[in-house]
Amino acid sequence: MTPLSVTISRARLTYGGTLLFSDLTLELPAGRTTCLLGPSGVGKTTLLRILAGLAEPEPPTEVVTGDRQPLAGRIAYMAQQDLLLPWLTVLDNVLLGDRLRHRRPDPARVEQARALLDRVGLTGRERDRPAALSGGQKQRVALARTLMEDKPLVLMDEPFSALDAITRLRLQETAAETLAGRTVLMVTHDPLEALRIGDRLHVMTGRPAVMGPALEPSGPVPRRVDDPDLLAHQAELLRRLAE
Amino acid sequence: MKALLRGAITLLVLVAGWQALVWATGLPRYLLPGPLAVADAMQRQAPLLLTHGLTTLAEILIGLVAGVALGGVSALLLARFRTARRWLMPLLLVSQAIPVFALAPLLVLWLGYGMASKIAMAVLVIYFPVTTALFDGLRRTDPGWLDLARTMGASPAAILWSIRLPAALPAFWSGVRVAAAVAPIGAVIGEWVGSSSGLGYLMLHANARMQIDLLFAAVLVLGLFAVSLYAAVDALARRALPWQPDTQPAEDANP
Repeated sequence: MTPLSVTISRARLTYGGTLLFSDLTLELPAGRTTCLLGPSGVGKTTLLRILAGLAEPEPPTEVVTGDRQPLAGRIAYMAQQDLLLPWLTVLDNVLLGDRLRHRRPDPARVEQARALLDRVGLTGRERDRPAALSGGQKQRVALARTLMEDKPLVLMDEPFSALDAITRLRLQETAAETLAGRTVLMVTHDPLEALRIGDRLHVMTGRPAVMGPALEPSGPVPRRVDDPDLLAHQAELLRRLAE
Repeated sequence: MKALLRGAITLLVLVAGWQALVWATGLPRYLLPGPLAVADAMQRQAPLLLTHGLTTLAEILIGLVAGVALGGVSALLLARFRTARRWLMPLLLVSQAIPVFALAPLLVLWLGYGMASKIAMAVLVIYFPVTTALFDGLRRTDPGWLDLARTMGASPAAILWSIRLPAALPAFWSGVRVAAAVAPIGAVIGEWVGSSSGLGYLMLHANARMQIDLLFAAVLVLGLFAVSLYAAVDALARRALPWQPDTQPAEDANP
């Protein structure tokens, strides 16, 4: 699948009569991971939901893709909660998209799902129900389910924020490895997370909110937590977030 | 096992209290028969109780299955189609606003003295709790699941079938439990109004002939049905929902 670039431009959002932002632009270059940081309530999740087709864009908001085709049906979505269905096994949860689209999971798809579970480190847990997994493992299944969708644009809404620090760091590594080469938008509160796995970082602050210039940390992802560059950038990001 | 023993002890104390009341007050047998008299009647009239009991049991079971099926289908239609909500919702509320027991004579008139009118009665009693329980469950799906399904390109029918319905099953089974508890009431009321067999019919006859021990025996058999039915439905519900954790404190179930 060739990576897709997506641009959301002239974005405008009012909520309860308050203007949250207007004339906002966000570019998602093809094959790169873009992280969007910002305080709660700034409207970053709404931007993601517009791209996901879960929120109606307010005029004159425009979503333009690199190939000028509509975005519908070409995104995979991962939320803060794992959203696993407790009555399905881990394997069936990974294959949920097929089930919802009335597609019989053929052996090839099942094999692919197994391979993805291997990749996120859950070999041998296919038949377990989500209740038997830890929070980190559940989010790994959610990651496998997102990858199973195999869509040109991956949208992640604070995917690891409900996890403890160590689990979060491990999952960031898995995510960075498995999502490499895809167009990803990740909304997060955590500057460290953005710096570890993001190619381009934007900070969105203020009311009405403005989109900060892209920060592009150097080096391959996932970056080490004790990388001095990363730590310097983290200080910079925290400063921008506090503005 | 311990729970069973505790239940048996409670029962024994109640029966002893009952017998003590009979001895202390010296009430005549046609007003309040003692447990021994009732046990005696139960033994003597066992064939009679069995025949009438089977009739009532059949009415309860058929009514339960039909009522749950009808309620389930109604709830699914309500959840799936806006038109159904707009047209059926008032009907559903009215069905509960009219005391169904007031309809019993009418049902007997229309459906006759046989089992049909009693089954209809049981269905009417069951319909509302099952429909509302399942419909409530279907309306309370985690919005996150619905978002996810929409991004996966799922049709409303697929979402209903693969996500909303399984998610609503715990609520549905709560409704079925209530239905199992009220179904015997529906059947017996139907029998009281007009019938030629069944435990309700037996009770009326025994009452008229001052065979109060037989009346008590019939009530006991009915109680036995109700308790077994509830236990069976409860066991079925647990089996049907293995992924649903029972968060009732553990020491409650097994000390």
